[in-house]
Amino acid sequence: MPIFWWLRRWPYTRFITRELTSVAVGYSAVLLVATIWAAWRGEGAYQRLSTLALSGPALLLHLVVLAALLYHTVTWLNLAPRAIVVYLAGRRVPDRLILAAHYLAWLVVSGGIVWILAESAR
Amino acid sequence: MSDQVTLEVFRYRPEEAAEPCFERFTVPARRNWMILDALNHVKEELDGSLSYRWACRMGVCGSCGMTVNGEPVLTCATYLTDAAASRDPVRIEPLHGFPVVRDLIGDIRDFIAKLKRVKAWIVRDDEKPLSEGEYLQTPAQLARYKQYSMCINCMLCYAACPIYPLEPEFIGPAAIALAQRYNLDSRDAGAAERMDVLSQEDGIWSCTFVGECSTVCPKNVDPAGAIQRYKLQATTAWFKSLLMPWRDR
Repeated sequence: MPIFWWLRRWPYTRFITRELTSVAVGYSAVLLVATIWAAWRGEGAYQRLSTLALSGPALLLHLVVLAALLYHTVTWLNLAPRAIVVYLAGRRVPDRLILAAHYLAWLVVSGGIVWILAESAR
Repeated sequence: MSDQVTLEVFRYRPEEAAEPCFERFTVPARRNWMILDALNHVKEELDGSLSYRWACRMGVCGSCGMTVNGEPVLTCATYLTDAAASRDPVRIEPLHGFPVVRDLIGDIRDFIAKLKRVKAWIVRDDEKPLSEGEYLQTPAQLARYKQYSMCINCMLCYAACPIYPLEPEFIGPAAIALAQRYNLDSRDAGAAERMDVLSQEDGIWSCTFVGECSTVCPKNVDPAGAIQRYKLQATTAWFKSLLMPWRDR
């Protein structure tokens, strides 16, 4: 099997591209931990990290990371109804409801993180 | 469109040549012909030595799966003129991922062995006597597994799966979907036995959810969904056994 097997068909290339966005997910996790740590250290540390993260090239990188992260998240959440099949009172819960629950959870968790950061940086 | 279509057909006759090659045939471009009709025309009129599998001609038997213009399809369900519109000459190959026995015929013994490994049949702890009648099932119970029971073993999903050629031990989409079909059947008692096979490295965990198996499935079985569903089931079972080791699975 050649190393570039994923170039053989467009769906494989799309899949590998999507897998590569996992790098953005990993980077975002590290950045989030660093942000929480800086916020915990105090306003000075938080401001220094913010300035660094929003400076020219870093800002561009973070916009790319954000786009990759959103793509990864949306494609991941959209697959949830394929894996989660729930029956309530003998009836299958519609896929749309499973999907809506995931998006709601995403919003709640994201909102929670923003709130924690806002409170910590105060 | 021209009134003729050129086919570029994969030929492998080990008694004549060690290496496979492509041979071109020109067939009439009949609008109502499927690829299979064109191949039958080649066999009947042009070269009787061309070898391929087929049976029902109506998308039920799953025998005539081949790679047409790079895509795994049922040749009895793919219009010749549509294929010619996307690529001329129309390239016809055996299903990718399987060793070729001859021309368009792949060796499917690996798939058959995997079907046996996952016990793709109803397993019963005890059989009731015939005098007690059938094992009845409600429409709701039927609905739980019906989608997976539509699998016709055409193996297009294996040909579309990029993992199967990389890791030939992978049990693969159709066998896992069929295992799920029986796991979800109210008459079956073999889920635990199947779990022992499917929860291994070469079972569900080899799947990276590319999803092409479901895209090419001519019966909308969604084997990729079946595998992800089983991953969730296996993980839940593992957590249960961790938290409550005294309970049976």
